[in-house]
Amino acid sequence: MLETETNPLQGDLMEDMTDLTLAQLCRACRVPAEVVIELVELGLVEPVGGEPGAWRFPYISVRRVRCAQRLQRDLEVNMPGAALAIELLEELDRLRARLRQIDPNLDRY
Amino acid sequence: MQYKDYYEVMGVERNATQDEIKRAYRKQARKYHPDVSKEPDAEQRFKSIGEAYEVLKDPEKRAAYDQLGANWKAGQDFDPPPDWDQGFEFHGGGFTGADAQHFSDFFENLFGRGGAHGYAHAAGAGAGGFDMHGEDSHARVVIDLEDAYSGATRALTLKHSEIGSDGRPRQRERTLKVRIPRGVRQGQHIRLAGQGSPGMGRGQAGDLYLEIEFRQHPFYRVEGKDVWLDLPVAPWEAALGATVKVHTPAGSLDLKVPPNSSGGRKLRLKGKGIPAKDPGDLYVVLTIATPPAGDERAREAYEAFSRAFGSYDPRAQLGG
Repeated sequence: MLETETNPLQGDLMEDMTDLTLAQLCRACRVPAEVVIELVELGLVEPVGGEPGAWRFPYISVRRVRCAQRLQRDLEVNMPGAALAIELLEELDRLRARLRQIDPNLDRY
Repeated sequence: MQYKDYYEVMGVERNATQDEIKRAYRKQARKYHPDVSKEPDAEQRFKSIGEAYEVLKDPEKRAAYDQLGANWKAGQDFDPPPDWDQGFEFHGGGFTGADAQHFSDFFENLFGRGGAHGYAHAAGAGAGGFDMHGEDSHARVVIDLEDAYSGATRALTLKHSEIGSDGRPRQRERTLKVRIPRGVRQGQHIRLAGQGSPGMGRGQAGDLYLEIEFRQHPFYRVEGKDVWLDLPVAPWEAALGATVKVHTPAGSLDLKVPPNSSGGRKLRLKGKGIPAKDPGDLYVVLTIATPPAGDERAREAYEAFSRAFGSYDPRAQLGG
């Protein structure tokens, strides 16, 4: 372990913070509101609250919006395609975790 | 500077058509996209493919690159001949849009540094009162499960690009010491305000987001805030019941194995998972370990066992 004279930086654990507003989510992901609204319409991010002004997003939305952006930019898929890919990738992660519980040696796939 | 064989990276022949190059790129990009691939070197591969495509998709750049000749080998020491690009005109400053920050020296020497114009412009404007919020940065930090139980301090070395006095971006390394809070879970994010890229002018610095990843543990498995452990017990411990010592990330515990337990039985230790206001649980899954019938005494014991359970059929459930 590295010991230096400086004090360690103390960060905020995002998942424990209050949910994000539409503006905060847009800033965290560096996207215009239209992108988030499209992803809400696709059901990839699910805010609570009735209308955009009152929307509150759980923190996992940041990861999904950013991932959708990267897939769209890098692989030339459209938003519905990116949303489908993310849902399948998350399902794959869950299945891999379950598989590791059955056989811990299957740690890579 | 090392020569890069863009055709080899892309997996196509030197005489491939533009359509073949596009198809090869799309296929490779899907395969190695860091959000999709689990290959350990996916990110590096993806960047190399992007750089190769940046050159090969553009007939002007491709022709200039081809003109260097086919006799170079990847990794060979390389200096571009003088006036190598004479007669070629690169539209759009020789750079067309991909994330050029991570292109190799080889690329930059041939086609110029992508994005440098944009940066220089923003930096120049800064003197005239141009303010811009710095970019947020993202990094991943790998910790041990034990760190999530007790909290820890980690020293991280991060690479980032910075604008030099000449207005061109350059790579800098810096080391940060960061407190990992107790109770953190796989995939969670820690935000360090103001530790992202510096802002322009009076613009604030961006934030640094750290994504937590647990190192694979040889004994423990983690799901959310619950932790799983396989615990071997002797046949008589499982049958008669026993109190056994278990090492857990929360320390050593005495665990009561109830009599008549069979392999696969799941025992829950409430609240011994990852700590939180509402802490996770530790699940212990029993596995039956049989001692080897190594000597005469052990064999006699197994034979006595067999006589005592003469009618027991472990495969009764399978039928047939």
